[in-house]
Amino acid sequence: MADREALIRLRNIRKSFGENTVLHGIDLDVHAGEVLCLIGASGSGKSTLLRCINHLEVPDSGRIYVGDHLMGYEERTPGRLHELSRRKVAAQRTEVGMVFQHFNLFPHLTVLENIVEAPLRVRKLDKSTAIATARDLLQRVGMSHKENAYPRQLSGGQQQRVAIARGLAMRPKVMLFDEPTSALDPELVGEVLDVMTGLARDGMTMIVVTHEMGFAREAGDRVAFMSDGMILEMGTPTQVLSNPVHERTRAFLSKVL
Amino acid sequence: MTSPRQTVDADTIVRRPRRWRWVGIAAVVIAAVSVATNFITNPNYKWDVVGRYLFDPRILNGLGTTLLLTLVGMVIALAVGLGLAVMRMSKSGLLSASAGAYIWFFRGTPVLVQLILWYNLAIVIPEFSIGIPFGPTLWSADTNSLITPWTAAVLGLSLNEAAYLAEIIRSGIVSVDRGQTEAADALAIGRATSFRRIILPQALRVIVPPAANEAIGLLKYSSVVSVIALPELLYSGQLIYSRTYETIPVLIVVCIWYLVVVTVLTGLEHLLERRLGVGFTTGGTTSRRWSRWLIAKR
Repeated sequence: MADREALIRLRNIRKSFGENTVLHGIDLDVHAGEVLCLIGASGSGKSTLLRCINHLEVPDSGRIYVGDHLMGYEERTPGRLHELSRRKVAAQRTEVGMVFQHFNLFPHLTVLENIVEAPLRVRKLDKSTAIATARDLLQRVGMSHKENAYPRQLSGGQQQRVAIARGLAMRPKVMLFDEPTSALDPELVGEVLDVMTGLARDGMTMIVVTHEMGFAREAGDRVAFMSDGMILEMGTPTQVLSNPVHERTRAFLSKVL
Repeated sequence: MTSPRQTVDADTIVRRPRRWRWVGIAAVVIAAVSVATNFITNPNYKWDVVGRYLFDPRILNGLGTTLLLTLVGMVIALAVGLGLAVMRMSKSGLLSASAGAYIWFFRGTPVLVQLILWYNLAIVIPEFSIGIPFGPTLWSADTNSLITPWTAAVLGLSLNEAAYLAEIIRSGIVSVDRGQTEAADALAIGRATSFRRIILPQALRVIVPPAANEAIGLLKYSSVVSVIALPELLYSGQLIYSRTYETIPVLIVVCIWYLVVVTVLTGLEHLLERRLGVGFTTGGTTSRRWSRWLIAKR
């Protein structure tokens, strides 16, 4: 299923931590505007795969393309990949936004300061533009009333919505979500999923590691089931969630649905 | 017999007597009064002499030397300590081990010995030169002309202090959640900016209280430089009372000045801690001011 037109192309991604092989040669294409949900048991490699895409985790072998960029490397002669400097990797990362399970907001900065930090210092936007953009984004995630609050003064759901706004502030081409609702109290999950569904509807390219099958079904264009470092099954939400082919997919779904 | 009452809001709470607390208060008051009476009525303190020396130029000079030693020593120690902390955390075994060896040596030997060694450096290394090993010499000087009591004191105090600060700084940096670095990386914030803007402000919360302790410690143990004949506060006092035999009054003067400086330092520390605590405590007043400041500056 090689596809030159896809926005994100993963080719034969392998990764191990010591003896433990986490990714066994993953191939994956994600098109612009597509929402892909990665599901699977913990330890199946979904988070590692996601973290490879923006080079937070460096694969042992394989290639990841985001748009025209080969993440982390420069191919000066065919077949020889030279490691890029941190600065160049950072430049590539501006295309990829990320939302973490534990929000990872900067606790010493206010909501607004959290959002404008990267646009000001990385994109070198002037302050008024950065603040105006940040306020638009805060409105989009329904957090306008909290722009001067500190992260610790917010609920988990509110923090995660701010984290989404922070990721969007860099105007990325793709947003990665690493179990964005797993650390939330059950009654707060909905508000975060609503924001994500809104983003998906607006055409953002998204890769979402999640245990929320309802979200996968509603907002996902495709669902990939991962097991033991491989994508066992991939297709539309209906195919994978309602008519899974593989025995292990069925076993997993029977536990979470 | 009464039936259980329907309303209980009119109950009066009778506090349990705190007898031991009163015993404690009485003991402290008696002790305080007797100390105070002694200070006031005992003529041996010679308060008039204390008053005479409190602003004596020699004492004030000594105080200046002590303050300068502490300030310069602390600044150098912080810089060297930060470097050592970063080396200690390096993935390179060599860098980490050499920082470890530095800390091992400077924490493991008495600062008094280090001072005397620095002061007598010329015995071991008569000439100091900068150049390429086994190659040409670019610059050289007689060690005795470089090592004055001042340079020996500053070197001895700051290089020793750096070993302690290195561990304090390292523990502060390690205390910041890894997720903070990852979030900064994911936002494409460069390494230096991320350290300065994201990691360090959070690490400082952990670093400042013990580092302020070290500054106060340095202020006082800088008095050991009297062994290399540098007249800081205590040694200036000693020079006076060795001639006049007004030992106690002069030492009181010295203590008063140490206490004044420590009080100021403690106040500064509290201010700094409060500023660094923004966002970590639930108080919202300072927070809003900061954000307004940011927005006002656009």
